[in-house]
Amino acid sequence: MNDQLNTTGDGVLDLHLSGIHKSFGDQQVLRGISMDITDGEFITLLGPSGCGKTTLLRIIGGFEVADSGSVKLGDLDLSRLPPHKRPVNTVFQNYAIFPHMSVFDNVAFGLRSRKMPESEIKPRVFSMMEMIRIADLANRSPSTLSGGQRQRIALARALVNEPDVLLLDEPLSAIDASLRHDLQAELKSLQRRTTITFILVTHDQDEAIAVSDRIMVMKDGLIEQQGTPEDVYERPVSRFVAEFLGHANILRAKRSGNLFAHTAIGNLVLPVNPLWDEGSIAIRPEDIEVRTVADAPNSLPGTIHERLFRGDHWELRVDMNGQQLRVITEPDQENEIGQSVFLEMPAEDLQVLRD
Amino acid sequence: MTKIKTEIFEGKVTTRTRMLRTGSLLSSPGMLWLMAFMFLPMIGLCIMAFAARGMYGSVQWTFSTENFWRLMGFGLFGWSADTFLILVRSAALAIVTTALCIIFSLPMAFWIASKNKANRNLLMALIMVPSCTNLVIRTYAWMLVLGAKMPPAWIAHWCGIVPADQGLYPGAFAVFIGMVSSMLPFAVLPLYSSVERLDWSLLEAARDLYASSLSTFRHAILPQVTPGIVAAVIMTLVPSLGMFVVSDLLGGAREMLIGNLIQQQFGSASDWPYGAMAGLFLVVTSLLSLAAFRRWGGGLLPKAVRAEEGNS
Repeated sequence: MNDQLNTTGDGVLDLHLSGIHKSFGDQQVLRGISMDITDGEFITLLGPSGCGKTTLLRIIGGFEVADSGSVKLGDLDLSRLPPHKRPVNTVFQNYAIFPHMSVFDNVAFGLRSRKMPESEIKPRVFSMMEMIRIADLANRSPSTLSGGQRQRIALARALVNEPDVLLLDEPLSAIDASLRHDLQAELKSLQRRTTITFILVTHDQDEAIAVSDRIMVMKDGLIEQQGTPEDVYERPVSRFVAEFLGHANILRAKRSGNLFAHTAIGNLVLPVNPLWDEGSIAIRPEDIEVRTVADAPNSLPGTIHERLFRGDHWELRVDMNGQQLRVITEPDQENEIGQSVFLEMPAEDLQVLRD
Repeated sequence: MTKIKTEIFEGKVTTRTRMLRTGSLLSSPGMLWLMAFMFLPMIGLCIMAFAARGMYGSVQWTFSTENFWRLMGFGLFGWSADTFLILVRSAALAIVTTALCIIFSLPMAFWIASKNKANRNLLMALIMVPSCTNLVIRTYAWMLVLGAKMPPAWIAHWCGIVPADQGLYPGAFAVFIGMVSSMLPFAVLPLYSSVERLDWSLLEAARDLYASSLSTFRHAILPQVTPGIVAAVIMTLVPSLGMFVVSDLLGGAREMLIGNLIQQQFGSASDWPYGAMAGLFLVVTSLLSLAAFRRWGGGLLPKAVRAEEGNS
């Protein structure tokens, strides 16, 4: 949105989706998706299962045909081209590694299909395998390899074809947490080095925030919000986005004057005037301060109901007049269960949502 | 008390060995049945195969390998090709039938797998229905259908294949029609079950990586359906090797197969030891060819997809 990366700047490899609709039977999966993706961007389609993100990816890859709308790469209309005629490659969710071929043959598959001479294939495959750090696996059979290794093979197999756009369908969902974080970092630096446009589908908000230049939050076949990770995380527009990214606390509120709202937990000063008379306000657990005295605006009383030690922070559940708020505090700040406290919610950290 | 109980529960009932032991106990009626009516008679067959023929169809219990040499074509007047031709003819019929069945049933399996669940079950039932009718009766039906003055014969005449007033029966064409139609369900069944479990993302990956249709089939489909093909070959090749009713009825009983040979020895020729040797030979060659197919057939087909851990 406001700070798009643009590595080439000529727009020839920019991807333009417009008015994409798709239904399976009477179920509308995509209900008019339009987006412009700049060449070299790392885009994430983020949303819960069933929001249409995988279908959208498959439409870009050519595995599904949209009912209406178009997919264009620069001026080239991809909408009706089959997968093998698109300058787009895919890393599939279960990797779809050919099980009867060695790792080398898997990676070389695309180049061989395009009848590249074997003498050119070998150096290209090996340099790609070096880059993804699987060169030592060249002669292994895929069935003997771990999930992380197979994921790398799938990446190498797609990238060796030098696509203009790389599609990744939940590539890290089957990999355990510690390795997943390493692979996220690798994916990010790989994208930076290759300057290929990456479009990643995920339901993991941490992953989306960590790797993306831009996040498209999807819900029920529509884009709910798009923007940089900071934008989407700090300034969610709707309850859905606020809850899906970082589990913000949602307060139902009624407007009660200029920059004032009335909520179940008390009256709050708002940063902006809302457009509604009755709507929601979000506040992130880490933006709330726990105080013993009310010495600032927006400090409201509550009782600590439960506390969980999470290693690098405490997670508190604070009862406030019947509503429970999630609060995150520093590990050295110890509070007792049952303790009466004041929660300070600075006005600039309150997000007035559209709904 | 409770501790012992949990030990029994966790350590015995749920373990693999325990399950196997219980399983073999439960299957023992079947084991007994096989022992009594399959394994013991096979031993009898082996013994009789090395006995000699007595006067008036009796059996002389002396050890002799004469039956084997006779089957190999060595008679009183030196080697003749007669029995050798019977063996080759039987093998050729079985192999061609099996190949046709596989070629026909692979597209069928895909077509059935493309239907929704209810229709798939219906189609599979329809494929199995003809097997409910006795083979001989079905074969008689083919004799009628393929006879002269029937629609298939008209069409063949119109195409210039047969002269007017002549049917497609008896002849090689009729024999293969009968063989393939009776064996086809046994090829469709295992192939369908491997096509149904096909991992379609491999096909998409192949297309994504610029593979032609042929290359997609070779690299994404064939390795996945290979176990099904192996099963289908076994299910069709073994029964077709011993089958002679179809070729007798539809082929006009002019050419002998190993099945005829065996039946003749136990029937009109009253030479049980020679029949036993022919039967034993059929069983052993079937087993050997299956073993060879499993061992070296893998070179013809791509390696089967191994069950992969963590593959949802």
